[in-house]
Amino acid sequence: MSGKVLRVFPSPLTVVLGIVLSLVLVGIVAGWASAQQPTPSDDEVNAIAKTMYCPVCENVPLDVCPTQACAQWRELIRQKLAEGWTEQQIKDYFVAQYGDRVLGEPPRRGLHWLVYVLPPLSFLVGVLILVNVFRNMRRPKEIAMSPGAAIQAAPSGDDPYVQQLEEELRRRERGD
Amino acid sequence: MNTESKPATGSRPLSPVIIVGSFLLLLAFLFLIGQGLRRAYAGPIAIGQKVPAFELTTFEGEVIRTTDWQGKVIVVNFWASWCKPCEQEATDLERAWQHYREGREVLFLGVDYVDTEPEARAFIEKFGLTYPNGPDLRTKISQMFRIQGVPETYIIDRAGRLAFVKKGPTSFNEMTGVIDRLLAQAP
Repeated sequence: MSGKVLRVFPSPLTVVLGIVLSLVLVGIVAGWASAQQPTPSDDEVNAIAKTMYCPVCENVPLDVCPTQACAQWRELIRQKLAEGWTEQQIKDYFVAQYGDRVLGEPPRRGLHWLVYVLPPLSFLVGVLILVNVFRNMRRPKEIAMSPGAAIQAAPSGDDPYVQQLEEELRRRERGD
Repeated sequence: MNTESKPATGSRPLSPVIIVGSFLLLLAFLFLIGQGLRRAYAGPIAIGQKVPAFELTTFEGEVIRTTDWQGKVIVVNFWASWCKPCEQEATDLERAWQHYREGREVLFLGVDYVDTEPEARAFIEKFGLTYPNGPDLRTKISQMFRIQGVPETYIIDRAGRLAFVKKGPTSFNEMTGVIDRLLAQAP
């Protein structure tokens, strides 16, 4: 046998070079792909902006507010969307920066819960009061109309005065 | 012996739980409305009134507490990158800061109101502002001073009381006139 060794596996240097080259290629492709990510459209930006309000222009939704401050905010939303942020992440960021009043709807936490709880609760209490009032209005009629009502309304046979009266009547009938 | 008979009216009084609950609900609601109205009608900090302590986190991440500057004069300037009159006073503010910074007796604070960070940083760079500037996070500081717009400048004396208010752009001479007077007062 000759002393020649047949190299089937690549050398470690080749493996390392191959990995480095692959990583570089992946990086290039990923960069190209991210560069190809389209800029968020006005509709996408306004879908979020219409649920927000800028404290400078009170009562004007962010999507239609004409001031420079609001235009900057919309650009910021576009930038965050392009970075892959979700709507909730963007809203959380704006709340952290400018406070809860930027939101069109009060957040569901702390005292803000009252906004959601109080109206239905007040409505429920109102309904209960109304039901009670209507029931009270109907009851006397029911009593008057029901056949047992007269019997119930009449003095009971157990009443000692009635018994005494009946006894007296019977005595008179007998002629005592 | 029972000598009276109850009239059969059929009325059923409301449950005490409902009555008490309704009253509590009403009281809580009135309390909240009262709190809101009190806050809405509370006026701004008046001249001579003590200014509550606050802190500003600068764009560089440094936290500046007014409590650490007790006995010094503090200039609080509210501004925004979208505010044109703020550009008018920016160089004067920086000039005044440079005038007093060596003495370490006066602190300038730039509070960036309802602004976006990239534009705010660009504004700072454009006018070469070197005094501490930071965003008014959750608009807490502006709400405390109850500002009506930007620019507005407040100067707090050595005793922590409000000494000067300027709504609109201020100038170097106006600021130095007030600050020099306040510095002359005993700490």
